Amino acid sequence: MTSDEPLIHASGLTKRFGDFEAVKAIDFAVQRGEAFGFLGPNGAGKTSTMRMVGCVSPATGGELRLFGLDPATEGPRIRARLGVVPQKDTLDEELTVEENIWVYGRYFGLSKPQVRARATELLEFAQLTERARSKVEPLSGGMKRRLTIARSLVNDPEVLMLDEPTTGLDPQARHVLWDRLFRLKRQGVTLVLTTHYMDEAEQLCDRLVVMDHGEIVAEGSPRDLIREHSTREVLELRFDVDDHAELAGRVDGLGDRVEVLPDRLLIYTDDGDAAGEKVHAAGLEPLSALVRRSTLEDVFLNLTGRTLVD
Amino acid sequence: MTIRTAAPAAPRPGVVSRLARVLPIPAGAGMARILVERNAMAFRHGWIAFVTGLAEPILYLFSLGVGLGALVRTVTTDGGSVVSYAEFVAPALLAAAAMNGAVFDSTFNVFFKLKYAKLYDSVLATPLGPRDVAVGEISWSLLRGAFYSGAFLLVAVVAGMVHSWWALLALPAANFISFAFSAVGMFATTFMRSWVDFDWINLAIQPLFLFSATFFPLATYPSGVQWLVQVTPLYHGVALERGLMLGEVGTGLLVHVAYLAVLGLVGLVGAARRVERLLLS
Repeated sequence: MTSDEPLIHASGLTKRFGDFEAVKAIDFAVQRGEAFGFLGPNGAGKTSTMRMVGCVSPATGGELRLFGLDPATEGPRIRARLGVVPQKDTLDEELTVEENIWVYGRYFGLSKPQVRARATELLEFAQLTERARSKVEPLSGGMKRRLTIARSLVNDPEVLMLDEPTTGLDPQARHVLWDRLFRLKRQGVTLVLTTHYMDEAEQLCDRLVVMDHGEIVAEGSPRDLIREHSTREVLELRFDVDDHAELAGRVDGLGDRVEVLPDRLLIYTDDGDAAGEKVHAAGLEPLSALVRRSTLEDVFLNLTGRTLVD
Repeated sequence: MTIRTAAPAAPRPGVVSRLARVLPIPAGAGMARILVERNAMAFRHGWIAFVTGLAEPILYLFSLGVGLGALVRTVTTDGGSVVSYAEFVAPALLAAAAMNGAVFDSTFNVFFKLKYAKLYDSVLATPLGPRDVAVGEISWSLLRGAFYSGAFLLVAVVAGMVHSWWALLALPAANFISFAFSAVGMFATTFMRSWVDFDWINLAIQPLFLFSATFFPLATYPSGVQWLVQVTPLYHGVALERGLMLGEVGTGLLVHVAYLAVLGLVGLVGAARRVERLLLS
């Protein structure tokens, strides 16, 4: 495998469970050192894809290569070079914090002195040194998540795979976690993550694919995706009505495009303030009018007609 | 976070995993022993369960051997020798203890790890495979079983219930019984949906404990029932232990060994396959 070959390469990758096709012949490639994201709503096929890449779920069809190796025949060799942070923490609650890292390192064939040295380092990194001898159960959600990440780094993985890394965490815990992931990225660890939070994708990913119903509907950097699939600004209007759909016709033409959500109208335009003036000129009186920049949420809405988090 | 650890040394496979490698069962990395290490570590936090597993068969031994033995005096074994009741029942209790310990570990404990702790999900994300999980868990319950059997045998020897040097083989034999039941127990556990299903395990274990020629010789049963008893697994464990501890040794014992070996291997392969199906879908 030469250095310019992608670290992970999938073509026509498919996963079927009985009649249900969870992943429909997707293609993607992850380069060494980048942070690559799968963005999509629940049920888009992100986790199924991650499980195939993590060599814990055989592909039904297509081709998948990690480090140039085939998961179907080289599973243990590939997994030895991966770090996996699953959606739900699967920490060993019968063990203490430090024992969790020791044992996990042993699963990777590291010697006892190696795992002890590694655990000291990783607990420092995860800001858990003071809890080393604690049981896992009383830790907060953010601490457990950091321990799961610390554990996944014990084998010094080339690729760290994170499935919904911050789901269920409070804002402060999320930022601590993001900071840790940035540090890893700076050290050259390739990150592959799934998320249904657009801010997370924008914060962490160099490049991402948007998934919906098992398919990849768009691919690019967060900035490119916004430029290609949305306008520069968005005007959000809330009216004192039960159904915003009835007002959609009256704002039609004030921007490039209008999206109707149950609780608000979104007018896509390169100049939000100008559109706002036109709304007033048309005799409409919204309860609130907010101009903001387009986000990945808008990209997703444009591509699929649905919101990411419902 | 800047220290780079050396590349992991190639693990040396243990005897059990080497044996497992030649069988047509799912992939593993030959690292089952690390799961044993994990269990030993977890066990240090919950060692009290160890004591109860040890106490039960010894209490039975004294209650039945000494108490009931005062009423029954002697028994004529299926091998034809006349022995005290305590000598007669001790080997059977050893076999039953081996079964109980193995079944407890491979059913309740494995089910908890499989369904609630999600232990194997995280283990399978490492180089370890489903075969390592099956071999590791079964090996662990063998180790525990060996400790129980050893302690039980020691008590029986000290209490003067053992007279034959063949009894030295009773320990590996007990391990063999543990292996068979542990493997089948783990296989069965992979089919369990909730704790309610564990009643089926009790339903299977209790009659085995009572009617495997444990407390009275096979000859006591009506001939039709004798046939039935000889089909069930604990009977073979009891007959094996009794043959060794009473010194009634013959080639017939090999039949029991073969029965338990087949049962254990079927359970082992089945358990590994089911773990693969459940977790690597």
